Amino acid sequence: MGFREYRVGSIMFGVALATSMIITIYMPGLDISNTKATATALEKQLTYGKIAGFDLGDPFLHGDDKPIKVILKKDPKTGAVMDETAAYVFKPGTSLPSGLIHDQINGEAINKLSVSLGKTDQVSVEAGGVYLVEKSVKNGVETPYIELASVTRGWTIDATLKAADQEILAGAGKTMFVREGCWWCHTLLPEQTHDWQSFGRPPMLGDFNGESPTTFGSDRKAPDLLHVGSRNSSKEWMMMHFFNPRLVQPHSIMPRYDYLWGGVDKKGNTIDLNQWDKEFVAYRDGDRVYPPEVPDYADNSEIRYLIDFVLNLK
Amino acid sequence: MLKYLFAKEKDIPGGSASIFFGFSCIMWFIIGTGLGSFNAAKLAFPDFFTHYYALQFGHMRQVHVHTVIFGWIVGAFAASALYIVPALGNTKLWSEKLGVWNALLWNLGLMLGLSTLWFGMTSGREYSDFMWPIDIYIALFMVLPLFVNIFMSIVNRRTQGIYTTNWFFAGSFFMLIIVFLIGNMPEFLHLTGLNEAYMTWWFAHNVLGLLITPVAAAITYYIVPKVTGNPLYSHRVGHLHFWSIVVFYSTPAAHHLMSSPLPEWLKSFASVEGVLILVPAVAYVCNILLTMQGRWSMFVENLEIKYTITGVLLAIPLNMQGGFQQTRAINWYVHGTGWIVAHAHLALLGFSTFAEAAAVYYGMQTMLRRKLYSLSLGNFHFWMLLIGFSLYWVSMTIAGLIQGAGKIYEVPYLDIVIAEHPYMIVRWLGGTMVFLGNIVWLYNMYMTVKHGEKLEHGVLPHEVAYVR
Repeated sequence: MGFREYRVGSIMFGVALATSMIITIYMPGLDISNTKATATALEKQLTYGKIAGFDLGDPFLHGDDKPIKVILKKDPKTGAVMDETAAYVFKPGTSLPSGLIHDQINGEAINKLSVSLGKTDQVSVEAGGVYLVEKSVKNGVETPYIELASVTRGWTIDATLKAADQEILAGAGKTMFVREGCWWCHTLLPEQTHDWQSFGRPPMLGDFNGESPTTFGSDRKAPDLLHVGSRNSSKEWMMMHFFNPRLVQPHSIMPRYDYLWGGVDKKGNTIDLNQWDKEFVAYRDGDRVYPPEVPDYADNSEIRYLIDFVLNLK
Repeated sequence: MLKYLFAKEKDIPGGSASIFFGFSCIMWFIIGTGLGSFNAAKLAFPDFFTHYYALQFGHMRQVHVHTVIFGWIVGAFAASALYIVPALGNTKLWSEKLGVWNALLWNLGLMLGLSTLWFGMTSGREYSDFMWPIDIYIALFMVLPLFVNIFMSIVNRRTQGIYTTNWFFAGSFFMLIIVFLIGNMPEFLHLTGLNEAYMTWWFAHNVLGLLITPVAAAITYYIVPKVTGNPLYSHRVGHLHFWSIVVFYSTPAAHHLMSSPLPEWLKSFASVEGVLILVPAVAYVCNILLTMQGRWSMFVENLEIKYTITGVLLAIPLNMQGGFQQTRAINWYVHGTGWIVAHAHLALLGFSTFAEAAAVYYGMQTMLRRKLYSLSLGNFHFWMLLIGFSLYWVSMTIAGLIQGAGKIYEVPYLDIVIAEHPYMIVRWLGGTMVFLGNIVWLYNMYMTVKHGEKLEHGVLPHEVAYVR
């Protein structure tokens, strides 16, 4: 029978669907793509790298192919003391975030400054590089931009890592955050109507440029984490809380992440979870005065990535 | 069933594909609700099965969601469409062989997608959690063959005109392919930032709005007139339903992100369009309930009508919530709370599941040419679903209101967790009832195949009395 008596209807259907997609995809797309990145967005791009979800560079979500954030207190080249500075080390071969590859991500003003002052026209995946987020103030208007410090200041990757006061593996940590499904309960989106006192300021329009995935979270079964590092910056507390949340919050319903230790502690000794549980139950029931010790994690363990990510959420 | 994969088209009995899909979707429903019950147990008792990477809540939640959506909900749509479309066109399915292959590819794709998802290979985007190779597989090897089969059966129909149900089947599965390919653009093309966030919810909204809600409605458009014998109350109201779904339901995606820094015009537009969802909703519910005129006794006496009408009645609170909870006035209170979880289950476990269960019950009997094995077990399944769902919905709605109050008064979060604990236990009990009911359903269906009363030629299942 075909559709001959439905010709008008079929055309109307196509027109309706196409119009709907123009209004709900094309127009918002244009609008959103025209927003300028904020300094937060640039920092996030350089901290998290290309993508935190599934990608051919990291198909099993092990946290590979991610940059390293370092805190510097002295200049890696000259050794001179300087103000605490965050630098972002991309080892050779590490994929770059979209803001360094595409013109459309950060906005025109930032791109211009990044090229003229930051020399980001010389970025290269093969060679890697050390990046900074800098600010330029002109006529009272502050514009952030990205600086390729390997070129502008001669900071090599090895020297920067050696001079680093602290290495923050928050890029790999965000992959853990995505893979472990933290965002099924913890949002990264304080709401505009409330939340200001307990969870801090909501994000701004340009805070997300170049970030993927944004993992806002939709179902808040637990506190918002966007500024958690400002509320609680204790690594020890995080360690205890991830190993067994009931150790620090008896009523918490968070899962235990003891398996992210990878079965061994910092010294390479095997962690006996059953023994630990027995001691914990004894402590919980009042048969022990002190809780069992939470094992220190190894430097390359997945829990280290995750804790670095959480503490880096300022 | 597998012997038909390489059989000649003429040697495959009509309805094979539908039966294959039907049994698969019941299996997936059991797996999906089992996972749901397990997850709920973890929210009530967090140390239940701890220490294991694969059994952690964050790994299993999305597996539950995708098992029920693609295994049960869409699988049951396929099972229903593959027998309803030919029946309404007074013809045979365009290709029974394609249908059988489709069911096989469907199950294989889901197994692959769910296991990779379970072990952490995720895109990190809600509702489009599958990594992009799986997304392409779903669009091209699961949905496209289904759409081709449905579309070609409609083209080859032997009736004048197309009935309401088939508009929805053809339109919705076409739109599903588009939604899948466009909605996953952020993964294919590596779009980032708010574009990615917005497209994630554009996908999530449209996969529900352009597929699940209209197709579940389409099924009831078939079952109610067919079983009651009443003609559809109004073809024109059906038109209103169809066109307002296409126009209003495809646009409010941004109302899922009312608290994010998206452009304000987009949020306002989405919110207004979201209220207009009430147009198709009211048209649909009135149309079906008025079709029941003079046959309301069947709501009690007939199993399929009992399921269908329960689903339609659940669509009333569903749409009232859906239309208004996304406006700024209400959204700021309920956003991100258990209220939304309750609403999502009202749509999928309430409205859609009840409508589809009826279609699967009816279709299996028609295609197998056997009467349902046991009415008592069918009724038992119904009440397990309804009571289980109601416990879930009520407890999560209350939990959501507690969370909302805690949220606006900025109560320390742990106090909210403590207050929610009893409702988490009730939710787990409700979910477990649904899971157990479904096992009974599978047993009943299996016994129907083996020992169901044979239907004589020219007799429909609802015209024959039950033996048990």
